[in-house]
Amino acid sequence: MNVLSVTNARKSFGAVKALDGASLDLRKGELLALLGPNGAGKTTLIRAIAGRVRLDSGEISLLGAPLQARRTPPELGIVPQEIALYPLLTARENMAAFGELQGLSGAALRSQIDWALERTGLADRAAEPVRQFSGGMKRRLNIACGVLHRPRIVLLDEPTAGVDPQSRDRIYDMLADLASQGVSLLLTTHHLEEAEARCSRTVIIDHGKVIAAGTLAELVDRTVGRHRMVTLRLDAPLADATAVLQQPNTELDARDATQVRARLNDVAAELPPLLDRVRRAGRAVEDVDVRGPSLQAVFIHLTGRELRE
Amino acid sequence: MWTLIRVGLTNLRRDRVAQAMTFVLPIIFFSIFATVFGGRSGATAKINLAVVDEDHSDFSQRVAAGLAKEGSLKVQATSAAKNGNVPLTRAAAEALVKNGDVPVAVVIPAGIGAAFGSRGFGGGGPAIQLLADVSDPIAPQMVYGLLQKVTMTAAPDLLMRGGLQQFEQHAGALTAEQRVAVDAWLPRLRQNAAGAGSGSGAAGAMPMGIGVETVDVMRTNSERSSLVSFYAAGTGVMFLLFSMVNGAGGTLLDEVESGTLERLLSTRIGMTGLLAGKWLLLTTIGFSQICVMFLWATVAFQLPLFSHVPGFVTMTVVTAGAAAALGLVLATLARTRGQLSGFSTILILTMSALGGSMFPRFLMSEGLQKVGLLTFNAWALDGYLKVFWRSAPLWQLWPQVSVLVGLTATFLLLARLLARRWETA
Repeated sequence: MNVLSVTNARKSFGAVKALDGASLDLRKGELLALLGPNGAGKTTLIRAIAGRVRLDSGEISLLGAPLQARRTPPELGIVPQEIALYPLLTARENMAAFGELQGLSGAALRSQIDWALERTGLADRAAEPVRQFSGGMKRRLNIACGVLHRPRIVLLDEPTAGVDPQSRDRIYDMLADLASQGVSLLLTTHHLEEAEARCSRTVIIDHGKVIAAGTLAELVDRTVGRHRMVTLRLDAPLADATAVLQQPNTELDARDATQVRARLNDVAAELPPLLDRVRRAGRAVEDVDVRGPSLQAVFIHLTGRELRE
Repeated sequence: MWTLIRVGLTNLRRDRVAQAMTFVLPIIFFSIFATVFGGRSGATAKINLAVVDEDHSDFSQRVAAGLAKEGSLKVQATSAAKNGNVPLTRAAAEALVKNGDVPVAVVIPAGIGAAFGSRGFGGGGPAIQLLADVSDPIAPQMVYGLLQKVTMTAAPDLLMRGGLQQFEQHAGALTAEQRVAVDAWLPRLRQNAAGAGSGSGAAGAMPMGIGVETVDVMRTNSERSSLVSFYAAGTGVMFLLFSMVNGAGGTLLDEVESGTLERLLSTRIGMTGLLAGKWLLLTTIGFSQICVMFLWATVAFQLPLFSHVPGFVTMTVVTAGAAAALGLVLATLARTRGQLSGFSTILILTMSALGGSMFPRFLMSEGLQKVGLLTFNAWALDGYLKVFWRSAPLWQLWPQVSVLVGLTATFLLLARLLARRWETA
């Protein structure tokens, strides 16, 4: 079930087309990654969903109802890219301020703050001013302040920008926890490996258009295909590689004759004959490395360039 | 070295605010000071003077006429409220001074003509009274001097007659020949006086002055109400403007930069609620700031704050509210903190100079005083002076309160319109 739908969204700033017919759907309880290079239109799309950008044309519907510009619905939680916190206030005071502005009060507010402090791992630092926090702690609190009022949909703009891997894992644990409770999350990120590892689906946007959307497997099937790259490390250079290289899509490393590479469409069927050819050529296999297609490969296939360009 | 200079000059060339601060602000200030103190626009402002003639003698009428002829005075001898036909009474003149319509009034008391005619200067008759607002340190002194001059030049014949009577009383009567000569001389003396215009000296002037008693009508309740109230209000309003603009910048532009504004706008409060909240906060801070300033003035300089609480609170609430609203307008107008800081410094210092925060507006020419009314400061200061100096009842603050409340509403509306740029792109 879709909780958010963007259909053919267009927005220009002067001569620049920020959105050029972008469309996407967000399903209930999923963690959807919005991937794209700088200037692709990610932030404009997020701001349009948040009611901060008025579309030139196109539609956004939230929980089945059309979205009104200049107003953020209470069902939405926003986590901006900046650390949108008051540095002189403590973690608890920040949460109390934003919680109250979202309509929480009394016991409900206190309960939500306690829940958020526990989920962010900041319970023992709740009384410290935010300016004393590390970048990762601020990021976690930044997210907590956007979800205190238990929104059904959360928009996160680069929620892991500039944080260490440990904090990043903690942040994704928080997001997964929210998703498991039925909250739908849409996040923008530059980190392909994060999207690949931690998100249910990925939407790739470029030049204001969504150029692909789906799970990693779906994207791979539609673009680079499901082949695996296999690398064999041998105990010594092959004296005669002729028999080994008769296997289709197989090559010897030009600089290191102990490494054989092969692109296999069906690993289970094609890998045993390859190993057998090596053994018959008089060499032993010390290591086998099998790699599946990555989102990076999908992205390059679709856009013709690296994500960070 | 040259690289640094080139970079600095390029930055300056592209930073219009820095250019204005460097080149325009000093020129504005120089021009204001030169206009006020240098007399560039011509003459010093005329002093408004009320004249009350309680004597109705030849002498009193000649003094009144002499004052009216003085080029540096603008004399009011009749009540404006009653078609200008009724001569001013002492009470009416005192009210004019208390209301700030004139800085000083001259009351020529009954019996002075007779005493002067018979005994001349120093003859023990009633003294002319100057009803003065001594918050203006210049006007009463100037009128005092002019009064001395006018009494000497306006009635030299009467002066001489009084002197001769004194002479005859103590040294014996004049001879018949002397009497004839004096009788022929006195009309000529009067004629000379009548022909003498403003600024001319008069033959026969005596080195003694007429008795003049200055009455400070603002100190009727024996309080030490001094210029402290003026300086407290002047300084307070100027720094109120600075802190309100800084505060508004801090609460709005910093929130834009930090992203908290984006987050706040995604909550239930909305932009109107947000601006209203900021305005109330700033007004409260501004109110506290002025209170602290006046409390210090009360403790350290004996300002009579506690006997003027209703007026003080009224003026401080509306002044802080208007200053906060102005701060919000400037903050919503500016793109960056630097732009806000530069622009507001120019605006506030100019308004403070023209509006009387740096030196009293009565020192300025009439034209400049009218220009001053375009500033925020002038209305606020006029209100505070009414409260502390004239002990005006609350209702008399209506012009100042109306203007400041009107400005507040206008500023808030403007700030709301300007803030739309943050709401939706």
